[in-house]
Amino acid sequence: MPSKVEGWKDEVYGTEVRERLFEFAEEGWEAIPEDEHDAWFERFKWWGLYHQRNGQESYFMMRIGTPNGVLEPGQLRTVAEIADEFARGPADNPEFGGAYCDWTTRQSIQLHWIRIEDVPAIFEKLEANGMSTIQACGDSWRNIVGCPVAGKDEHEHIDAWPIAEELHEEFKGNDAYSNMPRKWKVSVTGCDQGCGQGDINDLAFEPARKEIDGEEITGFNVRVGGGLSRKEPRFARDIDVFCTTEEASDISAGMSALFRDHGNRDNRFNARIKFLVDEWGPEKIRDTLQEQYIDYELRSAGEDLRENYTYNAGHDEVHGDHVGVHEQPDGNYYVGLNVLVGRMGAADALELADLAQQYGSGEVRLTQRQNVILTDVPEGNLDDLLAEPLLEDYSPDPHPFMRGSIACTGTEFCSLSIVETKNRQVRYARWLKDNVELPADTTDFHVHLSGCTASCAQPQIADISLRGMKSRKNDGVVEAFDIGLGGGLGENPHFADWIEMRVPADEVPGYIGNLLDVFEAEREDDESFRDFIAARDEEELGDLADPEETDYEDPYMHNTKQTWYPYAEDDDMEGRPTPARADGTPISADD
Amino acid sequence: MTIEVHTLDDGAWISVNNERRISVSQLWRLATHDFCPCEEADVLVEAFREVGVSYPDIEARIVGECIGCGTDGVTGWVVVGRAIDGEFYSVVPESVHFPG
Repeated sequence: MPSKVEGWKDEVYGTEVRERLFEFAEEGWEAIPEDEHDAWFERFKWWGLYHQRNGQESYFMMRIGTPNGVLEPGQLRTVAEIADEFARGPADNPEFGGAYCDWTTRQSIQLHWIRIEDVPAIFEKLEANGMSTIQACGDSWRNIVGCPVAGKDEHEHIDAWPIAEELHEEFKGNDAYSNMPRKWKVSVTGCDQGCGQGDINDLAFEPARKEIDGEEITGFNVRVGGGLSRKEPRFARDIDVFCTTEEASDISAGMSALFRDHGNRDNRFNARIKFLVDEWGPEKIRDTLQEQYIDYELRSAGEDLRENYTYNAGHDEVHGDHVGVHEQPDGNYYVGLNVLVGRMGAADALELADLAQQYGSGEVRLTQRQNVILTDVPEGNLDDLLAEPLLEDYSPDPHPFMRGSIACTGTEFCSLSIVETKNRQVRYARWLKDNVELPADTTDFHVHLSGCTASCAQPQIADISLRGMKSRKNDGVVEAFDIGLGGGLGENPHFADWIEMRVPADEVPGYIGNLLDVFEAEREDDESFRDFIAARDEEELGDLADPEETDYEDPYMHNTKQTWYPYAEDDDMEGRPTPARADGTPISADD
Repeated sequence: MTIEVHTLDDGAWISVNNERRISVSQLWRLATHDFCPCEEADVLVEAFREVGVSYPDIEARIVGECIGCGTDGVTGWVVVGRAIDGEFYSVVPESVHFPG
């Protein structure tokens, strides 16, 4: 039997939701019939609006999809102005203030505390500047990801940016693919370093070459069914298909139609295509694609470039996470800046937009590690750009613990999360930087913190993976983490092995410190952390180090999910200032 | 009186009559269960897999992990609340529950 969500989608979904969304915006929050809240909030996701968690009723997270993370000149300023004007809630965040932008692991943008009454004005401003929230959430084609410096990179097999743009144009707002069984995540990568992270996407185009009629053609190999959610991570499976750049659209249409028609609509828990690939196997996926969706003969896979992949491969990263100063093929430079946990205050984002305009082309790009890149900077502008005060906070040469820290949204706003995330990861990174030594040759070290098994911070592909948990300590329930080790991508990607379970959050920094002491003492020559972990079995890994309390202090050990906002002076759910009218005045139950 | 129950946001909530009532992230104690070897399981709710009504009980199958022994999986049906005359009454997660 189709799920409840499928019933709601059958009634109204996709582009037609917008009309009702605008009517509600015009009439105000209270116009949404209470007995239709759940249905409308599910539908609003398609337009990038996600109702914030319990205690924050009437406020929404808004996601803006920026294909391949590309913000064209002027667009960052638009986003920052919207954040400054509209993304302010009833309480400030102690680390980030009252208005901020989140750069996500899928090269998108998230704003919080958005009121439905403001949505038409926000949409108007976004659309006037070439941006949209369309299909940023919901059961549809999500933001297309790829190498964030596509078209600007010296390590490029194919410039994948035009293809990402083409797919974005074709599949956003396309009624034929607007109602999928579940989300549909696509990666298009032309870079020969592997930084599109295709392995963890539903559909991945990876650089390849194939001899066709005596001529070597550059194109893509196709993989299907990757993803990290639940405790069921999968790397995308090779379906033995090569396509040219011109055919990427056909393959995309075919694969997404296959998922649309054959994906599980009865059980959302098992609806992602990774489970269909489990059930059918790659061969049946390929056969069905050929027989039902593609009207020419599919080519077998070409020669891939995976053995050259260096991105998050545990060694010898060439351009690594794109942080730092790197030359473009045209002689200009791109400058990647570290944004700790991907969150930037609106004022800083406005200043960054100015710097992009002043020193580069105005274009800014977002990476899958929650960082930003200013592109097209002439060599003569580099020194002045690097001397800008803003770059003291968003460094092109950050400490490895600052550089490698990724965190999802967490209980601050997210319904699924078990624990607080971003502010905690900021505190972890600072403490580790001040207290823990990394070997001098270790410049890249990934600590990914995810609040739950949805894995939005991509914990399974980090050196140290933190996944939100609970534990009992001193007769109380505390926020905690499962800790995994040794994950990463590259030619032979590997999910982290879960080694220390249910570690109270205030003992995690001590554990990492103890672990890295052992790594420094016992590693062989220049052995990488990933290799060090891979060389040991589970029992040995469990014996490497113990969690430990240190002078690290964690203000979020209590059940942050049971507060209306974890950082509010009075965080008690009973005293929440929500739901609220457009001017922020709370609506009481008696109104 | 009809009771409308369903899960929301990938199983993050149980909604009762269009109001988010029961959330993930709580610990539920289970007795006489086959979820794990512990006499009394201490299950962190990571998602609600299914929800149903056996009037007046609202029941759910919980996806979670016992923080006592580390076993993870899906529980049997657990009473997570009651709806009487249209009013929702929560149960206390930390009290002991007996899955059906």
